Amino acid sequence: MKNNSLGKAFLLLVIAGAVGYGIGLGLDALVTGGLNFSGSVASAFTLLFGFTAFFFGLYGYRGITRGLVFQVVGTVAGALFVTGIRALLRLTAFGAFFFSEPAWVFGALVGVLSFIAGVGIVTDWYKWARGMDTPEHHEDEPGWEKYFSVSLDHKVIGIQYTVTALFLIAVGGTFALIFRTELAASELQFLTTTFRAFNQTGPQFYNTLMSLHGMIMIVSILLGVSGIINYVVPMIIGAQDMAFPRLNAFAYWVAVPASVLLLMALVLGGFDTGWTGYPPLSARAPVGMQMFFLGVFTAGWSSILGALNVIATVLRMRAKGMTAMRMPIFVWASIATSIIALTATQLIGLSFQLVMFQRLFGMGFFDAAKGGNPVLFQHLFWFYSHPAVYVFVLPGLGVISELLPVFVRKPLFGYRWIAMSSLGIALVGFVVWAHHMFTSGMNEYLRVPFMYSTMLVAVPTGVKFFSWVATIWGGKIETPTPMLFVIGAIVVFLLGGVTGPPNAMVALDLHLHDTYWVVGHFHDTIFGGFVFPFFAAIYYWFPKATGRRMNEFWGKVHFWLMTPSFLTLTFGMMYIGLRGMRRRVADYDAALGFDNAHLILTICGFLIALSVLIFFINFFRSIKHGEPAAGNVWNSRSPEWLVPSPMPAHNYEVPFEVVGEPYDYGLPGSKYVEFAAKKAGKH
Amino acid sequence: MRHFIVVGILIILVSVLLTIGLDAANLMPLDASAQAAPIDWMWKVMEIAMSFLFALIVVPMVYSLIVFRRRRGETGDGAHFEGNTTLELLWSSIPLVVVVAFSVIGAGNLSQTLSRDPNAMIVKVTGIQWSWKFEYPADPATGLVVVSDELHLPVNKQVLLRMTSSDVIHSFWVPEFRVKQDLVPGRFTELTITPTREGNYKVSCAELCGTSHAFMVKPVLVTTMDEYNAWLAQELVKAKEAASTPEGLGQLLVAQNGCAACHSINGAVGIGPTWFGLFGSEVELSDGATVVADEAFITESIQNPSAKIVTGFESQQMVQYTFTTEELAAIVAYIKTLK
Repeated sequence: MKNNSLGKAFLLLVIAGAVGYGIGLGLDALVTGGLNFSGSVASAFTLLFGFTAFFFGLYGYRGITRGLVFQVVGTVAGALFVTGIRALLRLTAFGAFFFSEPAWVFGALVGVLSFIAGVGIVTDWYKWARGMDTPEHHEDEPGWEKYFSVSLDHKVIGIQYTVTALFLIAVGGTFALIFRTELAASELQFLTTTFRAFNQTGPQFYNTLMSLHGMIMIVSILLGVSGIINYVVPMIIGAQDMAFPRLNAFAYWVAVPASVLLLMALVLGGFDTGWTGYPPLSARAPVGMQMFFLGVFTAGWSSILGALNVIATVLRMRAKGMTAMRMPIFVWASIATSIIALTATQLIGLSFQLVMFQRLFGMGFFDAAKGGNPVLFQHLFWFYSHPAVYVFVLPGLGVISELLPVFVRKPLFGYRWIAMSSLGIALVGFVVWAHHMFTSGMNEYLRVPFMYSTMLVAVPTGVKFFSWVATIWGGKIETPTPMLFVIGAIVVFLLGGVTGPPNAMVALDLHLHDTYWVVGHFHDTIFGGFVFPFFAAIYYWFPKATGRRMNEFWGKVHFWLMTPSFLTLTFGMMYIGLRGMRRRVADYDAALGFDNAHLILTICGFLIALSVLIFFINFFRSIKHGEPAAGNVWNSRSPEWLVPSPMPAHNYEVPFEVVGEPYDYGLPGSKYVEFAAKKAGKH
Repeated sequence: MRHFIVVGILIILVSVLLTIGLDAANLMPLDASAQAAPIDWMWKVMEIAMSFLFALIVVPMVYSLIVFRRRRGETGDGAHFEGNTTLELLWSSIPLVVVVAFSVIGAGNLSQTLSRDPNAMIVKVTGIQWSWKFEYPADPATGLVVVSDELHLPVNKQVLLRMTSSDVIHSFWVPEFRVKQDLVPGRFTELTITPTREGNYKVSCAELCGTSHAFMVKPVLVTTMDEYNAWLAQELVKAKEAASTPEGLGQLLVAQNGCAACHSINGAVGIGPTWFGLFGSEVELSDGATVVADEAFITESIQNPSAKIVTGFESQQMVQYTFTTEELAAIVAYIKTLK
């Protein structure tokens, strides 16, 4: 990337940010008659203007920049439209955040649609509607610039997803570091009641950061999952691209305005409900709540459409000879995760939409005073949000199963059982949601069947663990960086797994629910099921994408710094949770004696951040300066490694045929795939 | 075969050591209720289960990583071994039986913590942003009800908490009692607790309930029946005395409804405007207007808090409170005294 354009981007970020700040300050002053220097309106305009100008400096007025400009203009235009109507109807035209809440919501919605129009992702469909032809498949220009505008190449989209996910991990992680610092000692230190940021006091700001840490990380995981699947699946099944390349690009790009909305939630008064957004609390939170709902609603589209595409691609576009039981195991995991994402995501969208409507139109879905039922929301919400956890972890477990045979040089033990256990987890996952609600006031006895179903998850999960151990057993084990992360993933996910059954036991959960025990358990499952495998996948497929490999030494430093810090972090969380530490609190009673534990947890948090920073530096440096690795770096049987790196634009110049089992390491003379050209070349 | 024997022994050894370690670490807080007993028993069972499962996977894995690692200069692949259906069947059917057995035990365990005494004492609990309100059984002689923000309980007597919320969802949790139950607006939820150990504990809200969620903590005192009765009698006297003047009644209502969680009475900055010197002062509103804080303004602000929002408090919405006209006047009278 050119240094001068990056410099220009930062310069424009500062200038446009300052201009936006001035405009926001002025607008705010017009309505309230006073200057609020840490206020929401000034901050919102700073965010929108600065972000857009940054990409303008980096990239010029096209692609993402055009999308963002459209989003800013669309947001303001939509908000002004509603404000005008309200003024005509003699309703309050302006609120505490300059625009009234309905104006912000409508503006945000128009902003999202404008982004989609501006970035150019619907251009082809629009042309088709007018009867015009478009090229079947666009060729991208070589270089970094293709990543900032619409591309139809699944590999480019996969990398767009992955880099966006990494950006959001950095944002969500930074939020965690801020509130983790506040927790290092009892009493409020810097997020005090006199603290003010974006119209929020210290404790309110704490709640906003904690809530956004949750949702930004979740969106980041969903994008990361899509990133790996998008990049890897078409390649390993021998397809040229996804089944619907334009839909694929749409699914990615709709996540960008969604991320902007989540950041808008931070500045527009924030929200204090946690990522779960339970009403009645979420029906009373500031405008930021609506930005959060709309952001998640929009990101949900990305998830649903992406999943649809994956299923269609796998069903229709596999190479010749690739029967269901000869698919790479990661494909099975992708299918299982896509089934959940395709069918469950609607429920979180719906539940959030109902609260939005309750706030906007006074429909009392969850308002007890109007005959609504707040517990109903929890059922709708968890019907997605529990299976969602399996959306996060199934691809990660697929990565573990995919990479293990390569590094232990042995076939995957019990391929069929591992494949079916992914589907098993996905299906059982649909009937366990109420185990998040054992204390909610739902029917006392209905909790028992949910204990049964929850415990059942242990069976397919156990099959995976046992099969992995049997795969490792008796191998010739190598431990380069990707394998280290695979091993780390198994251990950490196991810890998440064994700490699950205590939560499933209803009576014991009455003690554990809403404590740091659950926080520790959850972070174990997500780090083991997603974060470790995600890093493993990046280290593993990086050479495929760039033709260079990431630095081994710094990769190992990343692993050996992150793993012990993370284990200490979650053990500490579980310990204080059992002893009585509630979750989602800005402060705790010094009499509980948790000060030392929290100090250690905070130090661990910063060590993890440091290790991820090392990863980031390694990642971006290796793109240009990594050791060249054009061939089969890991000595894998998988087809993508049998062609040179980086992968050509349309994947395989000649198609391959599947002629054997995918993981027959140690069977002399066996092959998984055979390229058509090899036969043709002989005569 | 040698490998399997070594690993088998190591698994047993590691699970035993882990169980002993977890047990010695004494991870649960003090147990102070009858409901804690079955829950702590289940935790002990879980300690064993977790130790065994952890050892079962990690021991053979770490063993393999050491014993089967690729030696320097070694080439070639591992043994070609694709799977074993008998093994797969075993390690899916045995866990299936085990988890069903655990669920059966878990259901029995739950019913133990739910067992009800028909003669339990009933205390009405209301969760308020951000305080607790406890209403004790009416005094049989006078019919007066003691209301407090402290929970006083006699030891070894089952109490049935009938709980509701006046605003958002809260959750009642005393770690020493173990059991936890959400308080849901618009309905009653119940929780039975039998305190078994005298002492001072704290009840805190376990369900995120907004800005001051972290500080929604109030004392719980478990005493002998005599001490409890003495406290109740004393509170009754206090309530009668307070009710004799409007200011006193106002102060009592303010204490019972947890107003101090947001409104200070000494001028300190809180979540809501301070009441110190409020009455008669000129207040700036968020729409730029100013208003004198008189009786009408304060009454309106209690009944319809979002009608006039004071500058600087835009992002915090207060819940609507319903009081009788007499009670409203009493609260205003009390605020008048804060100078």
